[in-house]
Amino acid sequence: MNFLGFGQTADIDVVFADSENRKYADCRMDENGKKEKLLLYYDGETISGKVNVTLKKPGTKLEHQGIKIELIGQIELFYDRGNHHEFLTQLKELARHGDLIKNTSYPFEFPNVEKPYEVYTGSNVRLRYFLRVTIVRRISDIVREIDIAVHTLSSYPEMNSPIKMEVGIEDCLHIEFEYNKSKYHLKDVIVGKIYFLLVRIKIKHMEIAIIKRETTGAGSNVFTENETIAKYEIMDGAPVKGESIPIRVFLAGYDLTPTMRDINKKFSVRYFLNLVLMDTEDRRYFKQQEITLWRKSEKTRKSLSNSAIGGTASTQGSTNNLTQAQQNATMPTHLVQGASSIHTSSDIQGSHTSPASSSNVVSASAAVDHPNMGLFTEEDSPQHEAQSKTRSNPLAFDTDEDKTPSKEEDDAPLSASKEQPQQQKSIDESSSLFDEPSATITEQQQSQSNNTAISNNDGEIETSAATADREASTAKD
Amino acid sequence: MRKIYHFRRNLVLETTTTCAEVILLKMNDDFENSSISRLHTKKQSLDDMYSAPANFLEIDVLNPQTTIVQGKKKFTDYEIRMKTNLPVFKVKESSVRRRYSDFEWLRNELERDSKIIVPPLPSKAWKRQVPFFGGDEGIFEEKFIEERRKGLEIFVNKIAGHPLAQNEKCLHMFLQEETIDRNYTPGKDYFKLYVIALILFYISV
Repeated sequence: MNFLGFGQTADIDVVFADSENRKYADCRMDENGKKEKLLLYYDGETISGKVNVTLKKPGTKLEHQGIKIELIGQIELFYDRGNHHEFLTQLKELARHGDLIKNTSYPFEFPNVEKPYEVYTGSNVRLRYFLRVTIVRRISDIVREIDIAVHTLSSYPEMNSPIKMEVGIEDCLHIEFEYNKSKYHLKDVIVGKIYFLLVRIKIKHMEIAIIKRETTGAGSNVFTENETIAKYEIMDGAPVKGESIPIRVFLAGYDLTPTMRDINKKFSVRYFLNLVLMDTEDRRYFKQQEITLWRKSEKTRKSLSNSAIGGTASTQGSTNNLTQAQQNATMPTHLVQGASSIHTSSDIQGSHTSPASSSNVVSASAAVDHPNMGLFTEEDSPQHEAQSKTRSNPLAFDTDEDKTPSKEEDDAPLSASKEQPQQQKSIDESSSLFDEPSATITEQQQSQSNNTAISNNDGEIETSAATADREASTAKD
Repeated sequence: MRKIYHFRRNLVLETTTTCAEVILLKMNDDFENSSISRLHTKKQSLDDMYSAPANFLEIDVLNPQTTIVQGKKKFTDYEIRMKTNLPVFKVKESSVRRRYSDFEWLRNELERDSKIIVPPLPSKAWKRQVPFFGGDEGIFEEKFIEERRKGLEIFVNKIAGHPLAQNEKCLHMFLQEETIDRNYTPGKDYFKLYVIALILFYISV
C-alpha cells in the first residue's frame, strides 16, 4: 500500500537496442530553445529495447495492476494546452497485474513503425514522439516518458528550377532577382544575384534575411508567427542601373528545419527569403520569396546495419533493400509536394489591393503571377495591425501603409497554383507590416499601369512612411 | 599572374593578382557538383557606370525672410529651392517662397489624400505667438526661425522622396508653382500621361 509516499515505488528506465550504432539529434526541447540529444529514428524503423524497473525500497514488494509501454506521436498546440492530438499510438503490454519483488527488465519491440512527420518544437506548436511506460496502480500510476527524435529524409528533387523574377515600383525602382534553386537542402548554399534595372530612389543598403513562418490552427483561428533566422547585409551604398550584387548564403550555419506543409492538418512551417532595400529616409522596400527546405540523408562511411536501413533515403540508388514503408520515406510528400509551384507563386508580406485594381493590373501584364514587394518602415507602431496577404500582382513592390486595416481579397483568379494564406501580425521586428489602404493608390496604379505598362514591368506602390516621424507626429502640437 | 592554392584535396582557391574577385570552387565528397560560384551577370555599360545617378533630388529650405505688408500681419517665409532629374517632376530646377501655413496645408492635403504616413512638421509654437511671452521676439526670433527652417527642410525632403507622395498634385503645386491655389482639385499628377497624350494627339492629327 502506498500512503503518502511511504509505500514502495519504482524507477523506470528505458534502454534502446542498438543505441551505440544510432545517431543522436540535437532537438529543441522547449520554447526557449534549450537543446537535448535524442536518439534518432527514421520512418519505418523498428523501435526496440528494454524497460528496466528498479525498486526504490529493497525488500518491499511493488503491487501493480499492469505494466505497459506506449509509443506515441503527438502534436501539441500551445494555445490549446491539454489538448494533444495523437497521430500515432501503439501499445504493448509488458506485464499483467501482480507484484514485483525485485528489479525486473522487460524487453519491448515496435516493429517497422511508420513515423510520417519530423519532430518539431516551435513557438506555438510541438510535434514529438515518445515512449510512455506506465506502471498502473490503484491510487497513483508511475509514469515515465522518454522522447525520441524522428527526421524525415528526402532525395534530390527532380525539378529544381531557379527562381528568377523582375519586380519593382513603377518609375522608382526595378530590380531583377535570381536565386539558383527553389529547393534547398539544410546544408545547401543559396547563390543568387540582384540586378538593378532602374534606381530612382536613394538606396542606403540592402540586406537579405531568412524568415521562418509557423502557421498553426485552422479555419478562423489561424495563428502565424514569423521568426527571423538570419539577416545580413549584402550591399552597402547606392547602386545604379546595370549593377549586379551577388548573394551567397550558407544554410548550414543556421537552425533550420525542413519545410513542413499542413502537418496532419494542424500546422505548417515554411521558409522565406526576404530581400530588403532601405533608402536614406528609412523607408524599406522588400520582396519575400518562399523557398523549400528539405533534409538530405547523411551518407556515412560505415556500412548501415540492418536495423537502420529504413532511415536512409535513396540518394544514389540504395533503394534495393527498402521496404514499402521505407520507400515512402524517401520522398515525404508533405515536404516537397507543391514545391514545384514555388517559383511561380510566393507568399509575400504584401499589401491589400482592391479587386478592381488587381484585375486591371492583370490585364496590363502577362498572366504570370509574381508576388509583390513591400515597402514599409522600420519600427512598427503597436496601434497598427499588420494584416497582410499575398497578392499576385506581377512584378510589383508593395509598401504597406497602416492607415486602416484592409480587408481586400487576393486576386485569386491570377494565381491558380498559388498559396495565399492570410497572414496576421508579424511579430518579427525586421518585417513590420502595415495594412494596405485602399482606393486612391490603386486608382493611380490602374491608370499608370494602363498607360505606361511595359510587358513585364507593372508597378504598384503602396507605401508607409517613416515610423520615427509617425511617433513624433503623435507628440506634435 | 594567377596563383592556385590547394587546401585539402577538395578545396581549390584561385586568385589573380590583377583582379580583386576571388572565385571559390567547392568540390565535396558527395560529388554534388553544386558549384557555389557566382551566377552569371550582365556586364554594366560604361555609360551606366559613370553617368549621373537617376535619383538626383535636392530640396533646400533657405533664406527665411520676415515680411511686413501694409495692413496685414507680419510673417516669415522661406525659399524652397529644388533641383532634380526625376522625371516625375515637371520642372528640373525651381524656386518658390512658402510660409509655415503653406507647409501645414501641404501636410493636411497629404494626410487626407495620400497613403503615406506624413512626417511631422516642426512645432506650431503657440507659446511664442503670444506677444512678449518669452521676452524675446516670439516667432520672429532668429534661433527659432533657424530651428523651424531645419525642421521644414527635413519634412519636405522626406515627402518629396516618397514614391507614393511624388504623384500628388498638392506636392507638385507646393514645390514648383508660384502660388498655391487652395481651390485646386486634389488628385494625382499625371504629367507623364499628359505628355504622352499630347504626343499621341499630335501624331493623330
